[in-house]
Amino acid sequence: MAAPQAATPQTTVPVLEVEDLRTVFLTDAGPVHAVDGVSFSLGPGETLGIVGESGSGKSVTALSLLRLLQEPARIVGGSIRFQGREVLAMSPRELRDWRGDRAAMVFQDPMTGLNPVKRILGQVTEHIVSHGRMPPKPARRRGIELLRRMGVAAPERAAAAFPHEFSGGMRQRVMMAIGLANDPALLIADEPTTALDVTIQAQILDLLRGLNQEFGTAIVLISHDLGVIGSVCRRVAVMYAGEVVEEAPTADVLEDPRHPYAWALVNAVPRLEAPAGARLTAIEGTPPDPLNPLPGCRFAPRCPFRIARCDTEHPPLMEVAPGRRARCWVTADGRSLPRPTVPATAERRAPATGEAPLLQATGLEKKFVLPRKSLFAQPAMVHAVNGVDLVLRRGESLGVVGESGCGKSTLARLLTRLHAPTAGRITFEGQDITTATPAALRSLRPRLQMVFQDPYASLNPRMTVGQILAEPLLAHRRAPSRAAAAERVASLLDTVGLKPAFATRFPHEFSGGQRQRISIARALALEPAVVVADEPVSALDVNVQAQVLNLMLSLRERLGLSYLFIAHDLAVVRAFCDRVAVMYLGRIVEEGPADEVITRPLHPYTVALTSAIPEPGRQRVLLGGEPPSTLRLPQGCAFRARCPVAQDVCATLPPLAEVAPGHRLACHFPGALAPLPRQERLP
Amino acid sequence: MSRYIVQRLVTAVMMAILASAVIFLIANFVPGDPVLAQLGDIAASDPATVARWRAKWGLDLPLWERYGIFLSGLVQGDLGTSIATRRPVLDDIFQYAPATIELATVAFLLSLVIGIPLGIAAAVWRDGWVDSVARVVSLLGVSAPTFWLAFIMLAIFYGGLGWAPGPGRLDPIAFPPEGPTGLFLLDSVMAGDWETFGDTVAHLVLPSIVLAAATIGLITRTTRAAMLDSLQQDYIRVSRAKGMRERTTILGHALPNALVPVVTLGGLAYANLLAGAVMTETVFSWPGLGRYTFRSAAALDFPAIVGITLVVSVTFLLVNLAVDLSYALLDPRVRR
Ligand code: SF4
Ligand code: SF4
Repeated sequence: MAAPQAATPQTTVPVLEVEDLRTVFLTDAGPVHAVDGVSFSLGPGETLGIVGESGSGKSVTALSLLRLLQEPARIVGGSIRFQGREVLAMSPRELRDWRGDRAAMVFQDPMTGLNPVKRILGQVTEHIVSHGRMPPKPARRRGIELLRRMGVAAPERAAAAFPHEFSGGMRQRVMMAIGLANDPALLIADEPTTALDVTIQAQILDLLRGLNQEFGTAIVLISHDLGVIGSVCRRVAVMYAGEVVEEAPTADVLEDPRHPYAWALVNAVPRLEAPAGARLTAIEGTPPDPLNPLPGCRFAPRCPFRIARCDTEHPPLMEVAPGRRARCWVTADGRSLPRPTVPATAERRAPATGEAPLLQATGLEKKFVLPRKSLFAQPAMVHAVNGVDLVLRRGESLGVVGESGCGKSTLARLLTRLHAPTAGRITFEGQDITTATPAALRSLRPRLQMVFQDPYASLNPRMTVGQILAEPLLAHRRAPSRAAAAERVASLLDTVGLKPAFATRFPHEFSGGQRQRISIARALALEPAVVVADEPVSALDVNVQAQVLNLMLSLRERLGLSYLFIAHDLAVVRAFCDRVAVMYLGRIVEEGPADEVITRPLHPYTVALTSAIPEPGRQRVLLGGEPPSTLRLPQGCAFRARCPVAQDVCATLPPLAEVAPGHRLACHFPGALAPLPRQERLP
Repeated sequence: MSRYIVQRLVTAVMMAILASAVIFLIANFVPGDPVLAQLGDIAASDPATVARWRAKWGLDLPLWERYGIFLSGLVQGDLGTSIATRRPVLDDIFQYAPATIELATVAFLLSLVIGIPLGIAAAVWRDGWVDSVARVVSLLGVSAPTFWLAFIMLAIFYGGLGWAPGPGRLDPIAFPPEGPTGLFLLDSVMAGDWETFGDTVAHLVLPSIVLAAATIGLITRTTRAAMLDSLQQDYIRVSRAKGMRERTTILGHALPNALVPVVTLGGLAYANLLAGAVMTETVFSWPGLGRYTFRSAAALDFPAIVGITLVVSVTFLLVNLAVDLSYALLDPRVRR
C-alpha cells in the first residue's frame, strides 16, 4: 500500500499540467468546441476549482482529464501531463493502470454512480485489488477503514449493504472512499455536492478539505457555485464558452473579479449580508452558439463593459496581476471592475399586520399511506406535514426553508389544495377551503396560483406558449374573445420580460430560465392574490436565477402580490422574503422576520443551516447525521438526535412559542447554540 | 429473504387453486360434444347408449358436483381417466412429459447460450458487424414460422445433406435407455450407454434449434437492449474511472444489471417452450406432451385436456416463482 503522501510537496513537478486542451463533440451540424484551449497547472497538494454555468465546458474538461469521454466527444488537441507523463499518449493499458490508482474521480450524482446490485465493500475495494495494491483480504480491511474515514456510520455494517439502503449523502461518502482507495495524487470531483442538502453538502466539503490537508491529495473541484469552490479551493478557473476566462486565487475573484463574466457570477449570487429585497446583478443573453465561435471576445454580446476592440479581437489569457490571469481587453492593464450599482430597493410597504390574514393554516397535517409492498406487509405511512400553523398577510412574502423531506413541498401543495390535508384547517381570504370541493376550488384557483420547480415538466410540450397562456384566460372567462386573449397574452409576456412574438413558439424552443418566466406568466394570467412558488429557481444557473428572482421582485412591487416561497437556499430566501419559516421533519421550528431569523438565529437547526451556506470565511457548525425517517415520527424534539445542545428535557416536544414579537421558536433552549464568528481567510 | 419465499409460495398455491377452477369451468363450456367424438354417429343416435356413456364418465352430474369430484381427486394426485386412452391422465402425462421436458430444456439452454452472448456483443460493439448479425438472427428467429423452419431444416440437413438423423427421439431400431427419469440424455449417462447418448443428442439437434429459434431472437434482443441501457449508467463510468478492465466493467458491472429483464423473459420463454412445442413435436414425430395435447383436443378428451391445462398452468406458476426468486438474487432492491 502506498503510504499517504506528506502534505508538503516533495517535488516541484506539477501533479497536473494542462496545455491548450481542446475537446470537440462531433455532431451532424459540425464540431462543437466544448473545451477550446484550456490551460492550467496544479502542484502537489494544491486545490483548483473550475466554475462556470451549464454548457461552459467545465464537466467536459473534467472528463477529458481522465480521458473518460465517449464518442462523439473527442480530444483533438493539447496536452495533459500527470507528474510529467503525457496522459494523451498513454496506451489503453497504461491508462487503466493510472486511472483509479494515481488519479481518481468523484462524480456528481451519488444516486446513480454506485452499482445497485453490488455490495458496497466490493465496489470500494475492487480496484485496490485490480491495481495490485493489496490482496483481497487486507483490501477489505482497508475498505472498511476508508468508509470509517469518510464518515460512513457503522462501516462494518455498511460494507455489506447495498447502495439503495443509503441516503444520497452517505452514497457520496462511499464514492469518495472509492476515489481515495489507492491514495491518488489527484482527485477530480465533478459537482460532488450538487444533489445534496446544504448541511450534508457542508459535511462533504469539509471532508474534501480535510483530505487535502491530511493526505496532500491535489483536488480539482468542478462546480457551478463559487461559494462551494471558495470553501475548498485556493485557486479557481472561471470557464465561459469552452475557455478559461479568469484564473486566480478564489478569494481574489470573490473580492475583485477581473473578468466581466466572473464579475457577473459573483454578483448574481444573493449574499446573506445584502439588504433584503436588493436586486441581484443579472446579465442578459445566453452563451454563444458553440458551432460558430465569435471572432472577438466570446462574452462580448452580453458584456456590460464592452469596448470597440472586443467585437473584432479575441483576447488571450493575460497576466493582470501577480498570479492572476484574465481574458479581457478592459482589465488587461490591471484595473479592477467597478462594483455593481445596487438599484435602490423600492420602499417596502410594511405588510398590514392588523388586517385579516390572506392565507392561514392551523394545525395542518398530511400523512401519505404508502402502497403495501406485499399482501402481508403493514402499510407504511409517511408523516409529511405534522401540525403547521402559518399566516400569510396581504402583500407579504413568506419563505419556507428546509432540507429535502422536511415537508415544505407538501405544505405548498396543501395550501393550494392540490393535496387534501389529513387534519387541520386552511382559510383563504376568510373562506374555509380545507374541504372545498373541486368545483369550489375552481372559482378560487385564479386567486391562488402555483409555480413549480421544474418548468420543463409543468408546461405542455404540445401547446404553443400562446395557447398555454390563453388557456386559463378562456377557461375562467377572463377574455371575451380569442383576440382579447391574444392581446392579454402579449402583455403577459411583456410583463415577464419576453417578446410578445414568442407566443407562437413551443416550450422546447426556450431555455430553462425563459420557461420559468413562462410559468410565472401563466400564474399571473388570472391576476392572483397569492403565488405559491415551489423552488422556482433551484434548477437554474446562478445568472438565470438572478434574472428570475429580479423579475419576481419587481412583479411583487408592481402587482402587489403575496408570495409563499419554498426554497432550500437561505440566501435566496433572505433576498426575497419578509418573513421566513424553517421546517424540520414536517414542523416549523423557527419563524420570524427574515433578517432576524437569518442573522440572529435562535434554533440550533437554523444556526446549523445558516452556517452551512458555502461562503468563504463562514465557519460551520457541523451537524452530524441526517434527518430522521419520515416513516416513524420521533418522540419529543425531532432534531434531538443531531442537536449539539440537546438535553433530557428535549424528549418532550417543545411548543412553537413566541419569543419576541413576530418571532416564534420551538426549542427548550433558545439561543443555546450560538453562530460562530466569521473567519477572515481560508487557513 | 425466507419470508419473501414463503409469501411467494403461498401466493403461488392460491393461484393454482384459482387456476384449477377457471380451467374446469372453461373446459365445460367449450363447444363440442365428447359423446359425438367418442361414440361416433351411429352409437350416438341411440339415447340409451349415450345416457349410459354419460353416466359412466360422470357427465350427467351437475357442474359443481363434478368439480367437487375433480378436486377431491386432485388432492389425491388423481387427474381422472382419459376418455380416449382409458388410462389415468396422470400416467399419460408422465409418459409423454419427459420427451417434451428434454426438448424444451435443451432448446432453452441453447437460446441462453446463443442469445445472451450475442446480445452482449451486439450492445458492446453497437452498429458493428456483430450487431448486424444479431439483428438478422433475431429477425429470422422471431419471424420465421415454426413449421416452415422445421420443414426447411429437415429438407436440408436430413433429406439433402444427410447430416442429421430423421424424426423421432432415437433411431427407430434403437431401444430407449432404461432409467428412472425418462429423459434420455440423463438416463443414458446414468447407464453409461454412450452410444444411446450420442444418438439422443443427434436427434435433438434439429428440433431444439427449430424450437429455440424464436426464443434465441427474443433473448438476443432483450439482452442487447438491457445491456445498452446499463452501459449508459453512471456506475459504468465510475468503473472505468477506477481503472477496471473493460471486461470487468462489462461482465462484472453492466451484465448483472442487464440480466434482470432477461430473466423475466427467460422464464416466460421456458414456460412457452414447454407448452408450445405442438408444431415442432408434430413435424419431428416427437412423442411429447404437445402431441398428446393435440390428440386429446381432437378427441375432445375432456379429463385429459383439463389435466394437461392444469399441469401447464402449474408449470407457469412454478417458472414464475423461480423468476421472482432469481430477481431477489439478482437485484437486492427487491429483497427486504
Ligand atoms: S474583452 Fe470586452 S467584451 Fe470581452 S469581457 Fe472584456 S470587456 Fe467584455
Ligand atoms: S429542543 Fe432540545 S433538541 Fe430540540 S433543538 Fe432545542 S435544544 Fe435541541
